[in-house]
Amino acid sequence: MNDRIPQLAGELATEITKELKSDIKKLGRKTFRLGGVHPEANKFAHSADVVTFPLPDQAVVYMTQHLGAPATPVVKKGDKVKVGQLIGEAQTFMCANIHAPISGTVNRVDMIADISGYKKPAVIIDREGDEWDESIDTTPDIIRDIKLSKEEIIARMKSCGIVGLGGACFPTHIKYMLKPEQKCEYLIVNAAECEPYISTDNRVILERTEQCMIGIEAALIASGASKAVIGIENNKPEAIAALVEMAKKFTNIEVQPLEMKYPQGAEKQLIKAITGRSVPNGALPISVGCIVNNITTMYVLYQAVQKNKPIVQAYTTVSGKSIPKEQCKIFRLRLGTSIRDVLNAVGIPEDTGKIISGGPMMGKAIANLDAYISKGMGSLLFMNEKESLRGETRPCLRCGKCVSACPMGLQPYMLHALSDLKRYEDCEHYGIMNCIECGCCSFSCPSFRPLVDMIRVGKAKTGAMIRARNAAK
Amino acid sequence: MATTTIFYAALTIGLIGIIAAVILYFVSKIFHVEEDPRIDAVQACLPGANCGGCGFAGCRAMAEAMVSSMDLKIAYCPGGDYDKIGEILGIKAEARDPQVCVVRCNGTCENAPSKVHYDSAMTCAFANSLYAGESACPFGCLGCGDCVAACSFDAIHINPETHLPEVDEDKCVGCKACAKACPRGVLEIRNKGKNNRRVYVACNNKEKGAVARKNCTAACIGCGKCAKTCPFEAITVTDNLAYIDFEKCKACRKCVAECPTGAIHAVNFPEKKAPVAVETTAPETAKTNANPVES
Repeated sequence: MNDRIPQLAGELATEITKELKSDIKKLGRKTFRLGGVHPEANKFAHSADVVTFPLPDQAVVYMTQHLGAPATPVVKKGDKVKVGQLIGEAQTFMCANIHAPISGTVNRVDMIADISGYKKPAVIIDREGDEWDESIDTTPDIIRDIKLSKEEIIARMKSCGIVGLGGACFPTHIKYMLKPEQKCEYLIVNAAECEPYISTDNRVILERTEQCMIGIEAALIASGASKAVIGIENNKPEAIAALVEMAKKFTNIEVQPLEMKYPQGAEKQLIKAITGRSVPNGALPISVGCIVNNITTMYVLYQAVQKNKPIVQAYTTVSGKSIPKEQCKIFRLRLGTSIRDVLNAVGIPEDTGKIISGGPMMGKAIANLDAYISKGMGSLLFMNEKESLRGETRPCLRCGKCVSACPMGLQPYMLHALSDLKRYEDCEHYGIMNCIECGCCSFSCPSFRPLVDMIRVGKAKTGAMIRARNAAK
Repeated sequence: MATTTIFYAALTIGLIGIIAAVILYFVSKIFHVEEDPRIDAVQACLPGANCGGCGFAGCRAMAEAMVSSMDLKIAYCPGGDYDKIGEILGIKAEARDPQVCVVRCNGTCENAPSKVHYDSAMTCAFANSLYAGESACPFGCLGCGDCVAACSFDAIHINPETHLPEVDEDKCVGCKACAKACPRGVLEIRNKGKNNRRVYVACNNKEKGAVARKNCTAACIGCGKCAKTCPFEAITVTDNLAYIDFEKCKACRKCVAECPTGAIHAVNFPEKKAPVAVETTAPETAKTNANPVES
C-alpha cells in the first residue's frame, strides 16, 4: 500500500496531484471504531513556513513545564548561564529537566504567574548574546548513524528533559523504562494532529523529515520494538508523501494514513486504529505492547540523541479565524518568551473573545496573558467573541448525542449528572476514570451543557477517592 | 356456589393472618431490642438536617453516641439545644459560644474588577482547578456557589451585585459544611461574639502586599499595623495575612481604624460610632492611608 503513494507523487514529494489526494483518502480509511466527531479542520497555517521568533531580552522559565512535580532550580541570582545549560533538575520520578533557553545572567528565582494565573516557580534570565553550551552540537548537519546504546538513549531523554510535545508534556523517558515482563512490539508515532487549527506537526514533518525519521530510529532502539508505524490523518498529503519517500531509506518504519476524525491522535484511539488492539481500562499502552509518541517529540529526540541538544525551543502555531490567513504562522520560539510579545507580533484582533493555548477541543483558555511560553505549547489560537461564548446551558434532552460521540464508550450525560450530585462511587461504577477528556461530548451537545468540565471535576474527585481507599488498604 | 367460594377465601386468608400474627408475636418477643427512650428525646433536640457537620452519620447517630457515652462533649452541634439535652440525660451542659460562618473575602466587583470572564461549569471546584479567578486573585472567592449548594440550612447565598456569598446569621448554625466545600478556604467558622458583634479579617490573600493590592483594593497587605495596635495580642500576621484569634479578641475595634486597606471588618456594632462602619468607608481609607510598599 505504501509503495503506491510515492509512485503517484513522482520524485518531488511536495507536488501533490488530485489523484494522489484521492488515493491517500482511499488508503487512509483506518480509524477507531467508537464515537468521534468531525470538527471543522481550519488548518490555516498548513502551508506557512516555520518562522524563527527573535530572541527575547528576558526569559521566564517555569520549573513546571511537564506533567508531575516541579523541577528544582539549580542556579541562583547572578549566575551566568549558556543556552542548554541545566537550570532545573528533576529530583522526583515524575519530573523532567529544564534547561536555559537563552544565555545571560540569572536575574532571580521567583514565583511567576502562568497562563492560569497561579504562581509557579520560575527562573528569570536576562539575555546577553546567544552563547550555546560547549557540549551541544549547533551545526546544521544531519547525523545519520546512531552510536548510543539503548540505555544511553533513555539517559539522554532524561538529561535533555524530553517531554511529549503532543500537549500533555508527559516525561518521555518514563514511557521507555519498561519492567522486565513488559515488551514493546510497536512504536506508534502520532502525527495525526487531529485538533483543528494546529499545523505544528505537519510543518515539522515537511521541514525536518529526515531528522524525525532518525529520531524514530533512536526511539526504536530505546524501546526494543521491531517496527515503528507513523499514524497520520489523510488531510496532510504533502506530509504523507514526504514521510513515505523518506521511509524508504529506513528499514522498519511504516507510514499509515488515517481517516480524519477527532480524537484520532488520542493514545488509545490511535493504537486501536493502527494495530486493532484495545488498551484495557486503567492500563497503559505498554500492556498491549505499544509505546505512543508524538512526531515533534521524535524530532527533539533526534536533537537530543545526535546533537545533545535539550528542549530550549517550542514550535507554536499562531492561528485563528479572526486574523488574516497570511498572518497565521508557526513560530520557533525560545522557551520563556513572553506570550504577549508573540501575540503582538501577529497583532491581536479587535474582536478577540479569548485566546487558547493548545487546540480548540482540549486546549485551555489563557486567563493571564502576561505569562510565558513553555514546552508543549503547540499553539496559540485567537477566538472571536462570537466563537468564544458558550450558548446558554439548557436542560439535557436525553438525545444521546454525547453517548454516540464518546470515543471511550461512556455515557457523558450520566457522568455529568452523577458528578454534579457528588455521587463519586457511582461515577467510578460508570467508568469516569476512563474518560480521556477529549471534549467530544461537549462539542456534540445541542443544549450546550458543560459536560466535559463537570466530568473533569468528577474524575479528579473520584481519583482522589480511589487513591484514599487504596492507601487505607 | 359463589357464596361458598367467598367463604373459603375469607377463611383461608383469615387463618393465614392469625398464624402469621402468632409467629410475629413470638419473634418480636425473642428478638426484642431494648432501646433507650432517651435517644428519641435527644434526637428531637437536634436540628434534624443530617448535615454531618458533627462528624457522625446523622442526627440520630449523634444522639445515640451522646446517650451511650453520657458525654455532651463527644460532638458539637451548633444547632442543638444543649440545655434540654442536659436535662434529659441528667448532666449539666457547659455553655458554648455559638458560632457562625464569615466570608473572608471582600473582592467585590468594585474592589477587585474582573479581568477575564468565566464561562463554564458553575462549580468552584472546577474553576479553582482551571485558573486563578476573574479578578486574578488566587486566594479569593470564585463566586460559583459551592458553599450555597453545601448549606443544609439555606443560610448562605451569593449576592448578585458583589458576586460574593452572604451569610444569614439567624439561619447559620456553624456546621462547617460550606467551609469544607470551599476549595480555597475563604469561609471560616468563628464565634458569634457578644451581642453578635465580631471583628475579622475579610481577606484570604497570602501574597505580598503589592501583588495582592494589584488585584484587589480591599486586600490584606500584611503590613502588621493591626498586630501592633491590638492591646490583647489577638492578631498574628503569617504569610502576609493577618488573622484575628476570636478567643482573645475583645472587639475593641482599634485594628479596624488602623487597617490601611479596610480589610478588617467589624459587624453588628451600633451605627453611632460612625467611622467604623463596614463597607462604606473602606475604599476611602484605602486611598488616603495607602501603604503601597511593605516587607
